[in-house]
Amino acid sequence: MATSYFPFSAIVGQDEMKLAILCAAVDPRIGGVLVFGDRGTGKSTAVRALAALLPKMKAVVGCRYACDPADTSSSCEQCPTLKAGKPKTHLVPVPVVDLPLGATEDRVVGALDLEKALTAGIKAFEPGLLARAHRGFLYIDEVNLLEDHLVDLLIDVAASGENVVEREGLSVRHPARFVLVGSGNPEEGELRPQLLDRFGLAVEVRTPQDIASRVEVVRRRDSFEQDSAAFIERWRKEDDRARARIVSARKHLAEVKVPDSALERAAQLCMGLGTDGLRGELTVIRAARALAALDGAPEVGDSQIRRIAKPALRHRLRRDPLDDTDASVRVERVLTELFGA
Amino acid sequence: MNPAASPEGSAGAALAADAASAVSAASAASADSAELLPAADSGLAGLQAWGNAAWAMALLAVDPHGLGGVQLQAGAGPVRDHWLAGLRALLPAYEPLRRMPGHIADERLLGGLDLSATLASGRPVAQRGLLAEAHGGVVLVPMAERLSAATAGRLARVLDSAEVSFERDGLSHRWPARFGLVAGDEGGEDDEPLAATLVDRLAFITDLRALSQRDAGESAASADDIVAARQRLPQVLVDEPTLQALCGTAVQLGVASLRASLLALRAARAVAALAGHPEVTEEDAVLAARLVLGPRATRVPQPPAEDQAPPEPPPPEVPPEDPPEQPPEPPRDDGETPPPEPPPPSEDETQQLEDRLVEAALAALPAGLLAQLQNGLGGEQGGRVGALTASQRGGRPVGTRIGAPRGGQRLHLVETLRAAAPWQGVRRRAALERGGQPAGRILVSTDDLRVSRMQQRAATATLFVLDASGSAALQRLGEAKGAINLLLADCYVRRDQVAVITFRGRSAELLLPPTRSLVRAKRGLAALPGGGGTPLALGMEAALHLAAQVRRSGATPVVVLLTDGRANVDRHGAGGRAQAEADAHAVARQMRAARLTSMVIDTSAKPAAAAQRLALEMGAAYRALPYAGAAALNAAVQSLPRPA
Repeated sequence: MATSYFPFSAIVGQDEMKLAILCAAVDPRIGGVLVFGDRGTGKSTAVRALAALLPKMKAVVGCRYACDPADTSSSCEQCPTLKAGKPKTHLVPVPVVDLPLGATEDRVVGALDLEKALTAGIKAFEPGLLARAHRGFLYIDEVNLLEDHLVDLLIDVAASGENVVEREGLSVRHPARFVLVGSGNPEEGELRPQLLDRFGLAVEVRTPQDIASRVEVVRRRDSFEQDSAAFIERWRKEDDRARARIVSARKHLAEVKVPDSALERAAQLCMGLGTDGLRGELTVIRAARALAALDGAPEVGDSQIRRIAKPALRHRLRRDPLDDTDASVRVERVLTELFGA
Repeated sequence: MNPAASPEGSAGAALAADAASAVSAASAASADSAELLPAADSGLAGLQAWGNAAWAMALLAVDPHGLGGVQLQAGAGPVRDHWLAGLRALLPAYEPLRRMPGHIADERLLGGLDLSATLASGRPVAQRGLLAEAHGGVVLVPMAERLSAATAGRLARVLDSAEVSFERDGLSHRWPARFGLVAGDEGGEDDEPLAATLVDRLAFITDLRALSQRDAGESAASADDIVAARQRLPQVLVDEPTLQALCGTAVQLGVASLRASLLALRAARAVAALAGHPEVTEEDAVLAARLVLGPRATRVPQPPAEDQAPPEPPPPEVPPEDPPEQPPEPPRDDGETPPPEPPPPSEDETQQLEDRLVEAALAALPAGLLAQLQNGLGGEQGGRVGALTASQRGGRPVGTRIGAPRGGQRLHLVETLRAAAPWQGVRRRAALERGGQPAGRILVSTDDLRVSRMQQRAATATLFVLDASGSAALQRLGEAKGAINLLLADCYVRRDQVAVITFRGRSAELLLPPTRSLVRAKRGLAALPGGGGTPLALGMEAALHLAAQVRRSGATPVVVLLTDGRANVDRHGAGGRAQAEADAHAVARQMRAARLTSMVIDTSAKPAAAAQRLALEMGAAYRALPYAGAAALNAAVQSLPRPA
């Protein structure tokens, strides 16, 4: 059964969400993306569309974790032998793994291979979803409904880039570097503040209110459902262009300069907002650099910082029970102070 | 089908001629409804309600998965059974109609390891879950309003992706699962509403509650009609004005979600397919708008400008209870009529079509609701959405997890044995290799241990009852709000739910139903006005009521009453200090009898005997605001005993 995904470029509006996802695709170190907002705004659609958009990646042939041939620091137990001499490589699609609600812990972290145990009577490790998401994206829809112990586990692995399993006398560690993408609807319960902070970027999505874009959303969705193959074909060029942009941005990411003025801007911004810790500043800089690479700009400028400030900082503001102001508005206010209207 | 709305009547006549008898009944009802509904003629209203229900049934049978399904508001009884039997009869016999119990375990819902087959064959065998088994048919969930948010989320996910992807018990599988959902909603006024994630994905909201058995008529089509319609469905075209009108109508009615427009479009297609139209006609769109958008309306659009009168004789069915004294305050200030961007194909035409769609949708609203909407009480999507969270915290076991039982956790024996079963062969061999004799018949290792995952902790809902009257409380209202804000922040950190009831003048109001959303709580509180009499008994009664509701959903209520204790409005809203105080004390005793954990916070300028006495009657802890800074107050509430 071929599952066809709605083309990324065909998503109407929601620029901030698309921008954040693209930035995370260019530089995974930004940390995950959290998409919070109204129902039916294409949150899941955008993430699933990403799978079709991303360029394929080089992987070591035979490695069950699809390790990068150029990566020497990987904790993969197979790669040292596979990479001996000249490793064979092949191109594989970047994984975008959908974490099903109700997935059990052992399927997430990996468990003993049941089939091997039953048929051959041997104990072997069967990698779980975390292994499958290595070098790609792990998507959790309705992240606010996910059970707490699973969320903690995911965050822990996402932060360390490594999954350690101790089961049935097996001790396995394997690389699991992935970008965590969560989506949800705040009306169904908010996320714990500790969890919020772990996401690099946070995006708010709203249902468009103007008729023209609403009509466009319904029209595109409808024609996609009527004939998905033709619809995808129609948007192929756009998607190809977006893909080329990601590829070129990744290539140039390392060359993008971050001038002192930009560092200062980021520091001022975080100071003005009173965000705790350095994580905010770091994320602003990293995301702005990814954005500059996407823009094809040689260095990070005010334009990039300005565009990325809200998604990078809005979820890091300290909650003030006596201040009702929306986080986005607070960021906007400080931005205006710093950069002028 | 609506003669007033289609002067040419040709397409309308075709539709009416095509469809079965109940259709014409429905259309007659819709034509007349506008005039007759306010008169609450139960016969005709019943006819119309059944008409809508019959259409929902027929359309769902045409395109079960495309339309998502039906929220079927009905108690158990002959009317609902009649509707369900009708649906069953319309679906081809080979298509499954599966009943899903609300407490279903993930394993049965999504699929799991078939233990006996696995052991017999010596390799893992997966077993399809109920949703995959229902592929190509319809899933019926009785009492869907009681579904946990997690289960509702799973259903929504499967509805979206049309497949069950399943990662459990060391297996990973994907099964197709295209089905329509009939979500039975037996909820009354006080109960939790059906999960909004689900409502958003179901095309129809069908209300059978007001119907009696004699209202229940025929279905809107025959099984043969359905078969024919299904064949036509993929070819049905939709023109641009119709598309724009359906979207515009949704905005005018304040339907925020875009899924509703999309569902209305699909419903219009299904109507056209049923009627044999190659393209969606106006009548098809009108019916779709009535069925899909009508029940979701959160506001009545402002009456169209007079100079834009349509060329045809204006349709008589102006929304009932018209004209409103002043145009209702639109909850959103933008996106109002007329559409900001004139649609390209003939603005007039689209606009007129849109107007008719709006009328049709409004005609589907019960009269009382309409009046409510016109007073602006309909609310956006907010309302009771937050209350959803309450039910998911119900005290049910929520599956198992790996781990040894400690700290009061309970071992789940069956799951533990299931986990151990596949490994028996391996372990026995390993034990023999080590030279020992396997001890016991079943070899269980610590890795197999499974503990029941009950609710992680019993959720607490703190109910604030705030005296917003004009007496001594008024001067301290700001202070009280500040204190509540502090407590709110704390409840947020501890993932407690919070509800706020206020009372002043002659009534008590549930300002904020139990929610975990801090934003909503603060917003509601900031907008709270003060002044008026002190109907203390009413406020306390509301708290008692809400506390009972919270308990039903499995959480533990804690009542915090902020008042000066000087009641001067009695239970019936009449003035008089003596009666008011007697009433308040009577309710206080009820609260004590209900064994509610509670606290009275005295907001009077000087700690007064009235509040103290009230606390005594309630069996509540007592604190005076003047001496309790907001922080101290916070600590005091935290220290209240919380029964497990």
